[in-house]
Amino acid sequence: MNKKIQIKNLSVNYGGKDVIKNLNIDVYENEVLAIIGPANSGKSTFLRCLNRMIDFNKDARVSGEILLDGQNIYDDEDSTFLRRRVGMVSPLPVGLPMTIKENVTYAPRMAGCKDNAELDAIMEDCLNKAALWDEVKDRLHTLATKLSGGQQQRLTIARALSHHPEILCLDEFSIAIDPVTTMKIEAVLQELKKDITIIMVTNVINQAKRLGDRTAMMLHGEILDLDDNNRLFSGHVKDPRTKDYIEGLFG
Amino acid sequence: MFRPSSHLINKEIKEKKFKNLLSSITFFLFLPALIIILWLAIKGSPVLSWDFLTQDPINGMTAGGIFPTIVGTFWLVVLSVLVSCPLGVIAAIYLSEYAADNTLTRIIRLAILNLAGVPSIVHALFGLGAFVLFMKMGTSILAASFTLAVMNLPVIITSTLESLKAVPHSYREASWNVGASKLQTIRYIVLPNSIPGILTGVVFSVGRSAGETAAILFTGVAFYLPFLPRSVFDQCMSLSMHLFTISTQVVGVPDAYPYATALVLILLILSVNSIAVILRSYFRTKRKW
Repeated sequence: MNKKIQIKNLSVNYGGKDVIKNLNIDVYENEVLAIIGPANSGKSTFLRCLNRMIDFNKDARVSGEILLDGQNIYDDEDSTFLRRRVGMVSPLPVGLPMTIKENVTYAPRMAGCKDNAELDAIMEDCLNKAALWDEVKDRLHTLATKLSGGQQQRLTIARALSHHPEILCLDEFSIAIDPVTTMKIEAVLQELKKDITIIMVTNVINQAKRLGDRTAMMLHGEILDLDDNNRLFSGHVKDPRTKDYIEGLFG
Repeated sequence: MFRPSSHLINKEIKEKKFKNLLSSITFFLFLPALIIILWLAIKGSPVLSWDFLTQDPINGMTAGGIFPTIVGTFWLVVLSVLVSCPLGVIAAIYLSEYAADNTLTRIIRLAILNLAGVPSIVHALFGLGAFVLFMKMGTSILAASFTLAVMNLPVIITSTLESLKAVPHSYREASWNVGASKLQTIRYIVLPNSIPGILTGVVFSVGRSAGETAAILFTGVAFYLPFLPRSVFDQCMSLSMHLFTISTQVVGVPDAYPYATALVLILLILSVNSIAVILRSYFRTKRKW
């Protein structure tokens, strides 16, 4: 399988504390890589490295290499192009204080797209994928901040898809969504997998089990285990702590 | 049936008493402003007329109107805002969005705070030295406006900084996340949501400039001018300075004149401030999070 992302010796030091320690992972094209692990394990920091949002944390020191299609993401001074290739869904919903339509078309507009018909098409497509279109199609010009938390979360997903990313990073995307909607979005992710690579951090172990092709167990900034789902969840683990975590014995 | 204990009843009485106390104190704060305006209106009423606003002062400023002083104040305020507003907002954007949190920026912030505390007469001397003499602007509207602008800069910077900080960080992150640059994020996310606060700071500084006397004393305001300013290099008269002049420096001014002039000045500032309030509530209803 084609290696989409290669992470080599990635370490992140955050104000004197090692948050990620010497990480080495390959992410394959069109797979869903789930990352599980208790809070404070560096999962979110890892995602922030992938689209270089970590650059905005002034006291974070990043070392090592992240190769995207063989190219180090730090080679290019400008990170905005990278962020269009790597979509990111944050755990807390953020509806920008503009209309729903403006929210979803924000990324393409910032990339220079001015064609209204094209923007409309992108909007409908992305809202559909995020299972939100039916709920908002009659009020696309109302403020996004008026939407409920779960709707805003799906809006965030729609926004992350609007710039046609090659990789989609999801950080606990289902935290504010009801189970039915979660299932809808999971179905969409299964569909999206054909075109893009998905990396998702989740606290719901069953979600990792359902969606992931492979699952990584992260603890204290290290990967304890990384294996195919059918192996990992049937007890073939390198580290006993992974098994304990999956079975709910700790964490 | 539920019967409130004496403790509960006491609590309720206390609550009411406290509320009355607070509202009466608030009312007393409002009272002086009302009394001042009424007093000025009553005392100034003999000369208050359309002519008073549109005529030149005559007979050594003991009769006629205050038209040139209104024109002068207008020039000073508009020019000073044109200078201080862009400078202040740009400085605040840099400090809030770009500057690293190091010793240098901390010193800059401290300097801005201190600048806000400098008495206006000191600003006047600075203006005299820097603009009038060193930059050879002479005593002129330009020099006086620049002095006012320097005086207003800290106010505008501080209020802009506060309103930029009020925009949640998560909005910036969401914008960066989808590949918007820092500049785009400022232009499309941060600024539109902090405009009400920025405007308020700007308009309040307008009110401050309109009433300022000391800062323009040496830098561009004339005691009396027989003509209206023709360019920014002319001197001008101003409402605040005129008020000072006719109440203390000129003999034989009828009593009503200073009162009427003061009333015009106060109403001018009040109306500018109400514009700020209206603009603010307009922008608040337009965008809300």
